[in-house]
Amino acid sequence: MKAEGKRRIWDEYQKEIAGDKYFYVRSCVRQNFFPGAEKTFLRYMKEMGKTVYENPSHTTCSGIGYHSDIVPFETAMTMVARQFALMTESGYENFVTSCITSFGLYTEVLETWHHFPELEEKIRLHLRNATGREFKKPKNLAHASDVTYKLRKEISRAGKYRLVNRNTGEPIRVVEHIGCHYSRMFPSKGVGGAEYPYVLVGMIEEWGGQVIDYPERRHCCGFGFRQYLVKANRGYSISASKKKFDSMKPYKPEMVLTNCPGCPMFLDRWQYTLSEMEGTTYGENGQGIPVLTYEELAGLILGYNPWDLGLQVHQVPVEPLMDKMGIPYDPETKFLDKNGHSMGKPKSPSFLKFY
Amino acid sequence: MENTVIVIGGGISGMTASGMLALQGMKVTLLEKEAETGGHVARWDRLFPDRKKAAEVLDFAREGMKNVNVVTGAEVTGISWHDKGFTVTSGIMQPASSVPGPESLIANSGSLINEIAAGESNYTARALVLAMGFDLFEARKKEEYGYGIYNNVITSADLEEKFKSGKDILTSEGKIPARIGFVHCVGSRDEKVGNLYCSKVCCVTGVKQAIEMKEMYPSAEVFNFYMDLRMFDRHFEELYYEAQQKWGVSFIRGRLAECAENPDGTIILKTEDTLTGKPLKMTVDLLVLLSGFVPASGTAKIAGMLGLQRGTDGFVNSADSHSMNNLSGIPGVFLTGALKGPISISEAIADARATALLLADYLKSGKP
Amino acid sequence: MIDFGYTLTKDRQLDYDHGDFRYFRFVKALEPSIDLCIGCGSCSATCSAAQFTDFNIRKLHTVIRRGDIESIKAELRKCMFCGKCQLICPRGVNLRNLILAMNRAIEQLG
Repeated sequence: MKAEGKRRIWDEYQKEIAGDKYFYVRSCVRQNFFPGAEKTFLRYMKEMGKTVYENPSHTTCSGIGYHSDIVPFETAMTMVARQFALMTESGYENFVTSCITSFGLYTEVLETWHHFPELEEKIRLHLRNATGREFKKPKNLAHASDVTYKLRKEISRAGKYRLVNRNTGEPIRVVEHIGCHYSRMFPSKGVGGAEYPYVLVGMIEEWGGQVIDYPERRHCCGFGFRQYLVKANRGYSISASKKKFDSMKPYKPEMVLTNCPGCPMFLDRWQYTLSEMEGTTYGENGQGIPVLTYEELAGLILGYNPWDLGLQVHQVPVEPLMDKMGIPYDPETKFLDKNGHSMGKPKSPSFLKFY
Repeated sequence: MENTVIVIGGGISGMTASGMLALQGMKVTLLEKEAETGGHVARWDRLFPDRKKAAEVLDFAREGMKNVNVVTGAEVTGISWHDKGFTVTSGIMQPASSVPGPESLIANSGSLINEIAAGESNYTARALVLAMGFDLFEARKKEEYGYGIYNNVITSADLEEKFKSGKDILTSEGKIPARIGFVHCVGSRDEKVGNLYCSKVCCVTGVKQAIEMKEMYPSAEVFNFYMDLRMFDRHFEELYYEAQQKWGVSFIRGRLAECAENPDGTIILKTEDTLTGKPLKMTVDLLVLLSGFVPASGTAKIAGMLGLQRGTDGFVNSADSHSMNNLSGIPGVFLTGALKGPISISEAIADARATALLLADYLKSGKP
Repeated sequence: MIDFGYTLTKDRQLDYDHGDFRYFRFVKALEPSIDLCIGCGSCSATCSAAQFTDFNIRKLHTVIRRGDIESIKAELRKCMFCGKCQLICPRGVNLRNLILAMNRAIEQLG
């Protein structure tokens, strides 16, 4: 592998990412999937002295419905226009999304309006008629992983831990997985493009880890909306995840890093399901491969309490990774809530090693 | 001034054309921007379909050029035309390191300068032959194939250089390749890279190189991944037959979708075996990308100087692709070879001779 | 094992690295012209059986070449052995002998 070959491609896909004053929009589902991720983003942004504003009137962007063939594009565009109106009313210009599908939809809408200005006018009219609101288009559109990528050096400098095995000094071997809607639709809108996206690679490298390039790197995580949302199709979804795990296993990955709501959900939860279906585990010694969001990883690097990051709700325990990185954690408080009350302890899986 | 001609481009087309013009008694100046003439053919080992040594073809062309004034390292920087004909200005190119230049000049340009025009020369002639040829498609633009990233992904031109060196062809790990894949249509028939056209000669090159690999390593498995095999010329189909019958080369109809590197450095590729209707994955030790043609980097510049029309593919349009394919539409400016699109060597030679004949007639009659 | 109400889907991808090439080698030794196919489909177009069943002789020997032999046993029985495929093949592939060789491969290799 020639690293300079990839660098050359990365150099060709650089995008502008605003430096401060972000209008942040949350994901519909991430707080259920990985409840500490968005909160962690807000925490380190604050610590880095950045202004991040959230508007309480923000709703779904409708991307999840759009990509599940339920919400028509014009409706989705009007929903997007409303979020832009909230940004404009709040006095912000830099739009940052937590969700990859939102990012994809916002990008798609802006590109559509760029090529079909008459459609933009039509949507402005729809929004005016429905809500009386007006909007400006964002000056800068970025995904929260883009912003974290931009801050990766600051995070590294402020960090207490590195993606390095404390005992061996070796870098942690990381598989990165990018959400489809990040750059597959518009390669030039993602850091590093679509074939060799750099957004997560840049964080992993900066924080001391080693990226694994494995054959099914580009394969679907198993979410794919339609293949999961209908229960009858879930065998299809889990088979897609299995294909990835089978392909990455020979490279002995020690963690998976993601930037999408769906990918970490399925790569994490399906490891449990696969173990219960087939008795198969993909990590060392009957462990799974911990799957993290970039916010959770940044939180670990910065030395935040792992239970504040929400790592206790992962199906694949993250303890083996934290042990390697030398991150202390208290098993006694793992399943306590904010007020110190027990949340109850999940049942141990049959095969997947539990902590 | 009477019988003077300037040929721009010293590949097989320009060499043949200038030789034929000299043979007819014309005073010919050949301008070549590289340090040597020979173009792509000089980098080739053996040619399809009969595996004649490329060097022999070049020797033959050079033989005819004894009376041609060859200027190498000469990049055309300007062309003007007047009642007597044309004046071509060329800068003699030298490595930047050898020229003491003002630092500020380099800094202001904002980019690295490799070559600096050390001096300009003017050449005047009554007619021009444009023979800028082609460049190979830059395979790294097909990002999903990993050229320039994965060590065991090479191009057909890289393989030809290896053949030419006479050394064993080994993987980057120093092993004899047990399984070799050839990928057809790299940069051709591919709207994603902006090239809708067929590069014409890659198919037969792939078959020729597949056979050569089997000759070198009879026990190796060789696979060609193709969409159509366009065996357009005499003996080409027979070569394909030979590859199947004598050498057992396997042809899988399916375009390479993507590849990746296995932990041991071998390449795993994905394609569809369209004849069985199933996606297929396969590990190969060496993957050869059959890079197609793109217009030469100088073509746009020189066509622009003369106001010549180019197609959406970037190649130069002739006055008429059937009956006036050597004429540019500008009296005294002739077109020859691959600047008009993908072409084989034998076609390029025939085209160059036709150009010379028409040009001689033009100088005699004054009519295009 | 837990029943989740859904099961894994079998991977359709041909994994050439783990193919079973015993059949192909056996058949090729008996009928080397198997290498000459250019996938034109005239054999399967003229095939008597293909008009009424999903038998596809062109696909059949390509499948063997790819080391994917699971499906061929049931397929082979659909051939009526009329030989029209062989008459029409532009590359002179001896298709009747190919069918015989495949049958023999099944007999001997199981």
